[in-house]
Amino acid sequence: MDFPASSAPHAVAGFTVQRTMLQVLAALVPVAAVQVWLYGPGPLRLLAVCAATALASEALALALRRRTAGPFLRDGSVLVTAALLALALPPSLPASLAVFATAVAVLLAKHAYGGLGQNPFNPAMVGYAVLLVSFPLEMTRWPAPGSGWDAFTGATALDTLRTGLRESLTMSEIRAGAAFGTVGAADGEWVNLAALAGGAFMLVRRVIRWQIPVATLLGIAVPAAIAHAFDPGAHPGAIFHLASGATMLGAFFIATDPVSAATSDRGRLMYGAGIGLITWLIRTWGSYPDGVAFAVLLMNLTVPLLDRVTVPRIHGHSKS
Amino acid sequence: MNGRPAIRGGLRLDGHKSRPLTRPILAVPAPRTAILALDQGSGEPSQPLLDPGATVRAGTRVASGCGASADLHAPISGRLREYATLPTANGPGRCLVIEGDDRDEPDPALAAIEWRALDADALLERLAGGGVAGLGGAAFPAAGKLALARAAGVEWLILNGAECEPWICCDDALMRERAADVVLGAQVMLAACGAARATIAVEDDKPEALAALAAALAATPDAPIEIRALPAIFPLGAEGQLIAAVTGREVPHDGLPPRVGVVCQNVGTAAAVADLVSRGTPCISRIVTVSGSGVQAPANVQARIGTPIAELIAACGGYSPERSPERLVAGGSLTGRPLASDSVPVTKGLNCVIVAAAGDLPPRAAEMPCIRCGDCAAVCPVALLPQQLHRAAQAGDAAGLARFGLADCIECGCCDYVCPSAIPLTARFRAARERSRLHEQERHRALEARERYERHRARLARRAEEERSAFEQARRLARGDGTTSGPGQDSGRSRDPDRD
Repeated sequence: MDFPASSAPHAVAGFTVQRTMLQVLAALVPVAAVQVWLYGPGPLRLLAVCAATALASEALALALRRRTAGPFLRDGSVLVTAALLALALPPSLPASLAVFATAVAVLLAKHAYGGLGQNPFNPAMVGYAVLLVSFPLEMTRWPAPGSGWDAFTGATALDTLRTGLRESLTMSEIRAGAAFGTVGAADGEWVNLAALAGGAFMLVRRVIRWQIPVATLLGIAVPAAIAHAFDPGAHPGAIFHLASGATMLGAFFIATDPVSAATSDRGRLMYGAGIGLITWLIRTWGSYPDGVAFAVLLMNLTVPLLDRVTVPRIHGHSKS
Repeated sequence: MNGRPAIRGGLRLDGHKSRPLTRPILAVPAPRTAILALDQGSGEPSQPLLDPGATVRAGTRVASGCGASADLHAPISGRLREYATLPTANGPGRCLVIEGDDRDEPDPALAAIEWRALDADALLERLAGGGVAGLGGAAFPAAGKLALARAAGVEWLILNGAECEPWICCDDALMRERAADVVLGAQVMLAACGAARATIAVEDDKPEALAALAAALAATPDAPIEIRALPAIFPLGAEGQLIAAVTGREVPHDGLPPRVGVVCQNVGTAAAVADLVSRGTPCISRIVTVSGSGVQAPANVQARIGTPIAELIAACGGYSPERSPERLVAGGSLTGRPLASDSVPVTKGLNCVIVAAAGDLPPRAAEMPCIRCGDCAAVCPVALLPQQLHRAAQAGDAAGLARFGLADCIECGCCDYVCPSAIPLTARFRAARERSRLHEQERHRALEARERYERHRARLARRAEEERSAFEQARRLARGDGTTSGPGQDSGRSRDPDRD
């Protein structure tokens, strides 16, 4: 009896990129839910706009590159990009800007570099950063929590903090404002809690590994705690930083994008620590309210170097 | 020198081992015609000793090993019919075909060995003469490996009963039923290699085997042999990984286990040694797992070397009529070789035949681009970064492949197993290795050609110079001022040491 040829290994686990991406999307559900609870249907509108734009851009790019579209439209990676972008944007942002950012993310940041797996920069953060530098006003106006769809929009907690400190207000005066909650931002602490829950889910399901999120959070918390210990009047503590802005979303969902992150365990620790530290530096001395997007993009730049200098010691080789 | 036991990466897998183990080892009848592959999978093919037409008995030596190949013995009695090129588990190869006489008479010269009375050299010679080879799969001559170990002064013999790969359970069956032979073989090997201690390493998913070994050891309390249960993680049975797990020592990438004072042998090899010393039987049979949904009654079978696999399957009830077999694999599901036909004969390294029906070995999904998730690196037992190797392989970057340790890949397949993009990483690495080997050969050939050419030019220049000086000499002589002439001058042409 004759049999066909095949190549070892003859059995695999059957994991797929799609399975990974769907789990990331599932982990984002709590974040989306909290945003809807805080801001009304705005975030849902952005999710729909970004997802539609992302799928259309992906299809267009694949058609231009003469690739079979099916597997790539189904793999879910472009939906993750869309969801991350949508949840990072202010809920009241005009739809046209969301379309623009998503198109930039998918067409330029992803497909101009060769598509899935090839992009050196996190596509969602490229889209976010392009909007932030092009439309700073729209990008920094967030609805007041609990006020729903047509609410008055204002500065975020991180923004208020920065302005307050420049005006020589004391920390307690600043944090008495409406933008602040118990430990962080009034809205941000809930969003961060939801992102932390989603991150824990992904860690348990082994969608992500611990190195990048832990290093990112330490990269923010350690310098924040040190600065706070020296000058509590000018620097909020570690907990405030962890519970404000895009800290948890960044640490668990954005920094962990494997394509644009460092790939060895040691490299990932350094990559995450760099993102955390740069985020804290931008928040403390920069002129943007939050620094996660720029921190991620800056650390994306270091990835080839990190990958080069953090090759682990191979079994049977000496340390050098 | 002992470090902490180190287990890197690896996978906990569904073993698919229970079905064959529900039955005792089944003896397959001696084949009517035996096909002995001269290449058993290790080293150069063995050198045949007999001409076609010669009469042989079971156990008659028919080919002698050279270097990394072992002696071969007739598995049945009968007549040596012919030498022919036939399909084997290692591709088409020269085979010795023996026509059986149905009497299955053992060679009368075979006799038990008084191994305790022999010195190490004599014992090693007897082991080599018995054709004992690594039955774990490598088929490397046991005597050669033990002699190397003895010369290096190893202190630790490790018997590999880990059997970590899915589907394979021949060693489990062997340890359950023939634990005393494993212990006897270990004692003989200790005497042969001079090690002070032996460890039988078994994964902890084999409690029956562990219990049987413990009972056998209790019967030989003076033997310096211990049993070690290891976690059931693939590929812990790979030599380098097993040594690290048992001793905490890492075999250097450019060396062999004796460098760290260790020698490994498979438990099946130990039982083959026991057969040789207690009954004089050379290595002419082995236990093979026949499994998969494509066979009626999976079992571990004792089969003569040279039996066509079809006869093993027939002994297990034949192919399943309901679940038609789709693939035939020699070995386990992670590292096994595909077999093109069931006419292939059993070789010393064949531990398992998977008769795979639909669902046994699910097909891969379509390949997607690498997303650098690093799951492959997390499971790599030698701490490679397969994602980086893959990138270098795609770019044809030879320096990158070398830097990321292509040469250290043990081709266990763990990276393939977990890859969400379904990239055939192991096959790519194997191909890259083959390319780099060919490239190296090419480079070597080019270098040799250049050297030859340069020698050739130097020779021509020398000849021209010699002819010129001879001419000058003759002219000076003709002019009559023979001041430089001497008695030793001949025609001017010296012997050319490297004429080609």
